[in-house]
Amino acid sequence: MTNEYNNGKFLDALHSGDKKAFAKLVEDNSESIYRVALRMLNNQQDAEDILQETFIKAMKYLPDFEGRSQLSTWLYRIAVNEALMLIRKRKPDFISIDNEIETEQGDLIPRQIVDFCCMPEDTLLNSETQSHISAAIETLSPALRATFILRDISGLSTKETADTLNISESAVKTRLLRARMDLRESLSSYFSSRMVDYA
Amino acid sequence: MHNHSDLPCCELINHLGEYLDGELDSETNELISEHIESCYNCQVVVNTLSKTIQLCKDSSEKIHLPDDVHQRLLEKLNLE
Repeated sequence: MTNEYNNGKFLDALHSGDKKAFAKLVEDNSESIYRVALRMLNNQQDAEDILQETFIKAMKYLPDFEGRSQLSTWLYRIAVNEALMLIRKRKPDFISIDNEIETEQGDLIPRQIVDFCCMPEDTLLNSETQSHISAAIETLSPALRATFILRDISGLSTKETADTLNISESAVKTRLLRARMDLRESLSSYFSSRMVDYA
Repeated sequence: MHNHSDLPCCELINHLGEYLDGELDSETNELISEHIESCYNCQVVVNTLSKTIQLCKDSSEKIHLPDDVHQRLLEKLNLE
């Protein structure tokens, strides 16, 4: 976030309907919002729809934005809520993000002990691996996925993630660990089958 | 010197997120570091967990806003 956002003038300009200020807000944040949307939904058309809807809603509700959070965090909140609504529409058995995530001790116990860190860089970074990573993130429950994306991909702090998702900081930490461990298991399985080729 | 059995592996897992994020108090942090040094399985879990986060981050940084998507956004918002 640029310093320009931190002074009241930019917010005043947005509140007064200054088109140039809104264009700057869009320019500065559209890529990061698109990235969150694509990671949440793993579909380019859906991500584009969420991107457009986020800024349409931002335009509409800017007069109500009081500047208690950063503008970027506010935009993330709109985008994640829009993505969750789309998931809910498509999956009637969707569990609300507000629900407690029950984590049994056994859920976190690592099953795969495969040291894939030593894999060649070109394997770790190739397009097949990229596709697997996208699919693995998509298999996380929406609540875990949103937490992981905001915290580890978008780089929000624990508090910002908690504020964005309207959950406690302790819930962010619990969900984040569960998401990270699930992804680690998925990548371990994926790489273990490929390590045979390098044995 | 702590033996790695001072801190059971299952107990370490509960603190792994905060350990990687550098959010632990120094005493717990030290206990975990010592455990990891003497426990191969936990070493692999910590290293691969850290690598997993990095790979997901790197892979996501390759996502850029396509020009046509950007253009349609500006049109939709009347910002052309």
